Amino acid sequence: MSAFEYAPAPESRSIVKLQPSYGLFIDGEFTDGAGSFKTISPASEEVLAEIAEASTADVDRAVKAARRAYTDVWGSMPGRERAKYLFRIARIIAERSRELAVLESLNNGKPIKESRDVDVPLAAAHFFYYAGWADKLPYAGFGADPRPLGVAGQVIPWNFPLLMLAWKIAPALAAGNTVVLKPAETTPLTALLFAEICQQADLPPGVVNIVTGAGETGAALVNHPDVDKVAFTGSTEVGRIIARAVAGTNKKVTLELGGKAANIVFDDAAIDQAVEGIVNGIFFNQGHVCCAGSRLLVQESVADQLLESLKRRMATLRVGDPLDKNTDVGAINSAEQLSRIKALAEIGSAEGAERWSPACELPERGFWFAPTIFTGVSQAHRIAREEIFGPVLSVLTFRTPGEAIEKANNTPYGLSAGIWSEKGSRILAVADQLRAGVVWANTFNKFDPTSPFGGYKESGYGREGGRHGLEAYLAG
Amino acid sequence: MTATISPLSEVTRSDAALRTFLHGLPGVDRVGADARAAGLGTRSIKTTAKAWAIDLAIRMVDLTTLEGSDTPGKVRALCAKARQPDPGDPACPSVAAICVYPSMVPTAAEALRGSGIHLASVATAFPSGQAPLKVKLDDTRAAVAAGADEIDMVISRGAFLSGRYLEVFEEITAIKEACGKAHLKVILETGELVTYDNVRRASWLAMLAGGDFIKTSTGKVAPAATLPVTLIMLEAVRDFLDTTGRKVGVKPAGGIRTTKDAIKYLVMVNEIAGDGWLDPDWFRFGASTLLNDLLMQRTKLATGHYSGPDYFTLD
Repeated sequence: MSAFEYAPAPESRSIVKLQPSYGLFIDGEFTDGAGSFKTISPASEEVLAEIAEASTADVDRAVKAARRAYTDVWGSMPGRERAKYLFRIARIIAERSRELAVLESLNNGKPIKESRDVDVPLAAAHFFYYAGWADKLPYAGFGADPRPLGVAGQVIPWNFPLLMLAWKIAPALAAGNTVVLKPAETTPLTALLFAEICQQADLPPGVVNIVTGAGETGAALVNHPDVDKVAFTGSTEVGRIIARAVAGTNKKVTLELGGKAANIVFDDAAIDQAVEGIVNGIFFNQGHVCCAGSRLLVQESVADQLLESLKRRMATLRVGDPLDKNTDVGAINSAEQLSRIKALAEIGSAEGAERWSPACELPERGFWFAPTIFTGVSQAHRIAREEIFGPVLSVLTFRTPGEAIEKANNTPYGLSAGIWSEKGSRILAVADQLRAGVVWANTFNKFDPTSPFGGYKESGYGREGGRHGLEAYLAG
Repeated sequence: MTATISPLSEVTRSDAALRTFLHGLPGVDRVGADARAAGLGTRSIKTTAKAWAIDLAIRMVDLTTLEGSDTPGKVRALCAKARQPDPGDPACPSVAAICVYPSMVPTAAEALRGSGIHLASVATAFPSGQAPLKVKLDDTRAAVAAGADEIDMVISRGAFLSGRYLEVFEEITAIKEACGKAHLKVILETGELVTYDNVRRASWLAMLAGGDFIKTSTGKVAPAATLPVTLIMLEAVRDFLDTTGRKVGVKPAGGIRTTKDAIKYLVMVNEIAGDGWLDPDWFRFGASTLLNDLLMQRTKLATGHYSGPDYFTLD
C-alpha cells in the first residue's frame, strides 16, 4: 500500500435525474412500448430504470415516423438549415456534458474520467464537424448534387453508447436522412437523454427516433422493408447475420465489426511512452474497444525490459468505482460479457500461456475483471486469434520487421494497428504493409471526427468519420 | 559509493563511450510524455489525501531567495519563516531547507542553528555556469566552509549542447569532491536543454557523475520546472536505481506557485518513481511563493474557510 492513499473523489450523481421508466422515442414523443426490461449499473448491479422494449409494430411506427419526417421536412430542407439543428445539438451536448458523462458511467461502467474527457467531448465534436458539412455536400466529392438515401436504421453497441450514437446520427442527419436508432440493450440511457436533447433543440418530430430493446428489436429494424440504409457497429457474428439479411435488397449497408489489433513495439521505441500506449491500447474502456491493441507484438531484444516496465505500470492502475475521478479501469459492462472474458482467459491458461495480473482488490458486487496480460503467447493460441473484448492483453514477440508485419496481418480482422518506433522511415514502411483500417504511430486509440475509421476483412466495410463518412449516407 | 555504480563505470572512460551510452538510452516521445504528465494532472486529491499531501509538500520546500538585492535582513526573515511557516499553528511542519547565494550562507547558518533545517547554497557561477572550473570549485568550497550542507550546482549547458559530455561529467565529479560531506544537487537547466532526449541524457550524466539530486532549473530561465520534464527526471532516477542500486533525488524548481501544482508533482512522484521518493530526503520543491499558498490551503482544509493573504507572513 502506498503512503499516498488517494481519498475517494466521487463525481456527484445528483446532476442526473433518473426517471423510474423510459418509453420509446418516436415521432418526437416518448411513447409506451410493447414490453419492458430493466437496465442496471454494472458496477453495483443496482437497477437504474425500467426501459420500454420495442416490438416489430413499434419499430414499424418508428420507421413510418422517420419516413414522414424525411418526405415532409428533413429531406428537402436546405443544408444550411439542417446545419443549424446539428450545431444546436452539438452545443447542448457540450452544455449538458457533465450530466451525460455521469449517466454514461453509471449505465456503462466506464470510468468518469473517460466519459468526461473522451466520450462526451468527442460526441459533441462529431455533431459540430458534420454540422459544418451539411451545406457543403456538393463539395464532398460524391457528385455535384448528392442526395440523401432516406431512412437509416442504425444499431449500435454498448461500449461507447453516446459516442457511437453520434458517429451514426451526425453524418446521417447532415446528409439529409432521418434515422431510427437502436441502442444496445445494456446501455440505453444516454440515447434516451439524447432524445430529450433532440426535443430541446426543436428538432422536427420523426427526424430522430430511438427504439430500445434487444436483438429482436434490432432484427425488426434491419429487416424493415422501408429502411434504405443499415448501419451497424458490433460483433462480427451479428454483422454476418445482418449482411445475410440485407443481401438481395436495395439497402445500403455499413458494418463496423470486431478486431484483434497488433500493437507493434520495435527495439528503438520510446519505451516509457510505448508502455503508456500499450496500457491505453488495451485497458482504455476496460478493453471494450473494437480497435483495442489486444495483441502486443514486441521485438525480442527489448521484450524483457518492456514487460517489466509494463507490469510496474499496470500495478498503478486503479480499478473500481466508475464515478470516482481517480478510477482508471471501471466495470465490465455485463455479466454475459464477464463470463465470456473469463472463459477466454481460462482457455489462455489451459493452452499454456502465462497469466499475470497486478494485485488489485475488486469490488464484491458488480462485474469486474482485473487487468491481465498473457505472456508466451503464440499465433496458434486462441487468445491470439479471438477477440476477447476485455482488459486482457496477449503478448507475442518477433525478431525482424518482416516477421512483425507477417504476424500482425495474420488475422481474419483488420481494424487497427499500432507502431512504436523512433525511426520515421520504419514507421512509414511498416504502416504501408499493415492491412488495417487505422494505423497509429507512437500513439493509440486516438479518435477525431475528421478522421475516417473502418476495417479490412472481417472487421467490416464502409468508413465512418471524416469526409469519407458522408458517403455511406449519400447517393451520388 | 563508487562501488555501487560499478555496473556503469565503463561508460565514462572516454568521450566516445559516454556518448554511445547516453545516445543509447531509449528516446522520449514528446507528445506521449506530455500526455502522460497531463493525465496524471487530472488526479483528484481531496480531503485526507490533500491534507497529507500539503504537509508533505511544506516539508519538501527549499525556501529560496536568489536575488541581487538579497541582504542579511531578508535572509534572516526567510530563515524565521522556514522554522515556523505558520505562526498561528505550531503543528505546521517546517520546510526542508533554505536556499541562498554563497555570500548569504554565514547569515543563514547563524539563523538556522539548531533547527534541523538544511542550508543549501547555489554555487559554480550560478546561474549561467560560465566561469573557469577553478572559480566554480572555490565558490563551492567557500559555501561549504561557511556552513552550507547542500550545494546546488549548475552544469555547463554550453559544453553539454556541444556534445562535450565528458567535460560536463568531470566537472560534476570535481564539484562533488569539493562538496565533501555536503549533498550535491545538479541543476540541468532544462529550459536551455530544450528537448526531452537531452533532459534524459543530462539526468543520467549527472547521476553517473555522483550527483545526489537532479534539479530542473535555476529559476532564471523560462520555462523553469514543468510537469513533463520532471516526469522524465523521475523516470531517470527510477531506472538509475534499478540499474545501479543507487537512489538519487529530484528537485523541480521555479514556476511552482500553487498547492494544486505541488500536488500534481506529488502524484507524479507517487506514480512514476514510487512512494520511496515521497520524502524530503528524495524530493524537493525549489520555491518561494508556493509556501504561502500551501499554508493558505492548509488553513482552509482545517477550518473550512479561506482567510485572506494578510493572515500569512510575507518575507
